[in-house]
Amino acid sequence: MTVNMTKGQAISLEKQGGGSLTQVRMGLGWQAAPRRGLFGSRTREIDLDASAVLFAEKQPVDVVFFRHLVSDDGSVRHTGDNLVGGVGQGGDDEAILVDLQRVPVHIDQIVFTVNSFTGQTFQEVQNAFCRLVDETNGQELARYTLDGGGQYTAQIMAKVHRAGSGWQMTALGSAANGRTFQDLMPSILPHL
Amino acid sequence: MTAELVRGQNHPLPDTRLELRVAAGHPVVAGATLGDDRGRVAGAEWIAHPGAPVRPGIEVAVTAAAEHRIAVDLAALPDAVHRLSLLLALPQGGSGPARFGTAAAPFVTVADPAGTAVATYTITGLDRESAVVALELYRRQGAWKVRAVGQGYEGGLADLLADQGAPAAADLAAAVLDAAAPAAAPVPPPVPETAPAAPSSATTAISYAHPGRRPAAPAAGPGAVPPPEPPSGPSAAPPSGPSAESRPAPVAGDAGGWSMDERLYNQVWGMFEDLARTVAAYRSARDFADHRLDRAIDQVLADPGTRVGGAGDAARAAARATHEELMGRAQEVLDRDLAQLTAESEVVEPALPAAYARWDNPVWHAYRAPEEPPMAVRLGDLHVPERSALRIPFLVRLPLERGLWVDSGPGRTSAAGLLDEAELRRLALDSAVAHIARLLAAHPAGTLTVHVLDPAGGGAAAFAPLVETGVLAAPPARGAAGVTDVLAQLTERVDLLQMAVRGDASEDLPPGFDPARQLLVVHDFPHGFDDRAVTRLRYLADEGPSVGVHLLMVADRADAAAYGPVLDPLWRSLLRLTPVPDDHLADPWVGHAWTYEPPTVPPGSAVLWQVLGQVGEARRRNSG
Repeated sequence: MTVNMTKGQAISLEKQGGGSLTQVRMGLGWQAAPRRGLFGSRTREIDLDASAVLFAEKQPVDVVFFRHLVSDDGSVRHTGDNLVGGVGQGGDDEAILVDLQRVPVHIDQIVFTVNSFTGQTFQEVQNAFCRLVDETNGQELARYTLDGGGQYTAQIMAKVHRAGSGWQMTALGSAANGRTFQDLMPSILPHL
Repeated sequence: MTAELVRGQNHPLPDTRLELRVAAGHPVVAGATLGDDRGRVAGAEWIAHPGAPVRPGIEVAVTAAAEHRIAVDLAALPDAVHRLSLLLALPQGGSGPARFGTAAAPFVTVADPAGTAVATYTITGLDRESAVVALELYRRQGAWKVRAVGQGYEGGLADLLADQGAPAAADLAAAVLDAAAPAAAPVPPPVPETAPAAPSSATTAISYAHPGRRPAAPAAGPGAVPPPEPPSGPSAAPPSGPSAESRPAPVAGDAGGWSMDERLYNQVWGMFEDLARTVAAYRSARDFADHRLDRAIDQVLADPGTRVGGAGDAARAAARATHEELMGRAQEVLDRDLAQLTAESEVVEPALPAAYARWDNPVWHAYRAPEEPPMAVRLGDLHVPERSALRIPFLVRLPLERGLWVDSGPGRTSAAGLLDEAELRRLALDSAVAHIARLLAAHPAGTLTVHVLDPAGGGAAAFAPLVETGVLAAPPARGAAGVTDVLAQLTERVDLLQMAVRGDASEDLPPGFDPARQLLVVHDFPHGFDDRAVTRLRYLADEGPSVGVHLLMVADRADAAAYGPVLDPLWRSLLRLTPVPDDHLADPWVGHAWTYEPPTVPPGSAVLWQVLGQVGEARRRNSG
């Protein structure tokens, strides 16, 4: 049962019927908005990049993005850079797999961000979403759709953080500007 | 190519029309159950068996037979069917075996309509079971795949059917076996029949997830198969208590690849990566905890109000407690992962073929020259200080992309520092000879020619096993003249081959040209080398590997110090190995320093001589 999340909403990642999740996938999908006017066939390619930043007590410890596809401990893996988006027609264009059991004990938050590497703002993107999937059975746990793209080039989408003995996901959905995750650090910190 | 499946492995199917072939060597009853999306068998009409051989999309044989051919049309199955399990059961009574443990391992093949085998699976490890689920064909995101299951049931067919949720399983099982019985007593001719049965072993719970790779196998992309619940057969006892469910018993060869050789290679590298990452997680947590403790104590000291007195002590104690707690959790996770990898290493190590095995592995005693070269050879062991007992085989791909350098110099480690120079040089030579023996043993007869340069003759004693078993192309070259001759010959060879490759004229090589790969072993460098010879050696190190001319140096870099930085690129281009444990190798993922240990021949063992004797004999047979 998918929960359609709204900004700021938090959901627990306990499995229905007990047991905690072991492996989740944060999927990101988007399509370039159609262009009006002549030369419509000249598709505008938009390269969005998903990144995950691993924090221990509000200090960044490791980051997983298109230039570092696997966290050093192997618990967070990026499936690879997609430069154009829209290939899945509703599927994930980029995905980050998180093995929650293997996340090092001191990591307490993982923040997922999306940047427009090619510099277009989210006004030119449509149908962008991020969703959290239970990787062990393909079930979608939560989906967060980016509504009303604005004049910004990055989004801090969501964070997965420890809560008690399990994990929780909180939709953040805050706008920022930057080409890669480094530019976003100042905008991420208030959300920790 | 045919995929040789191991238990739990899956493989895509090219077509919906398939033939399942079973070869058991003794009569077996074959059947199939059709399961819904939750794997349940809804009723008797969902089972194809000798009493009811025809169901939509599948037809099985009406009798027990030693061989079965079962036609399956997955497209014709009802839409509700998500899984087709192939079952094998032993007929009751009669003269045949009563349990799979006393019979030959059943062999199952999945073939496409043209008859080409897509995947094969040998159902091994069965003992008291008399019925098994051999394999299953299942729907995964609109496509069909096959998975090797091999789940056996001591309670026989009744338990098997009950486990799949079939109603009145015991009656059904009796009916199936009765229907197959008439033909079971006389051994039936190997009629092409349908309905192979599926073997399985109820003694271990199966997880289809890779034990070591579980976290996030690269292959486990979005389309990968989620691990289904392990079948909870009545006799299916998890091997090691409650933790076994999350940590299944590891299996050797449990990795991707077309052959066992390739699978074991991938598995060893998977273990290497997992160990590197597990240790990285632990070290990162440890560093964080230490850092946090330092910071907390600094803070206490920086605040005049808490620097002395009870508040300060309490704050320090709290910081230490947090540190302890964090370290405790990190250690727990590390121990969990290392236990899993140790268990995997314990099953993988004995299963390794000779080229990957330690010298004390019994596989070497049965050594015969191979028909094909393996993917890799083992150049030693690797371990990290966190668990020095857990050794990862250091496998290097063949053909060697880089030359090897066995460093006979003092190095930096304490182990080397305790030994005198002569002893180190002797050890270096011995381990070089062990590497050479292994490389020779890994290559089929006549496909690796070894040249030895020993200008001063200082290695005569160490090279004796190579000389006396006749595995060398010629006796070790002596003196400056010998060095020049061999280098000139190999340089010319590299030139010729490069020209042939560039001109795409490999058939124009001179008659009598030795097609074997060449290994040049250099001892005592730079003794006996003039400037021209040094230049040639560097040329061979750079250009040789791409045309099959490889280099193995046994040298102390300090001996060649007179050449200055000119030789630095040469040393850098070689893979440095040491004759004593040394932590100079970094892994490609996180860059830990790994302690390398050279392979050692057990003291007093004649295994090296014996293997070299085999190599020499194969070489003489080949040329004679």
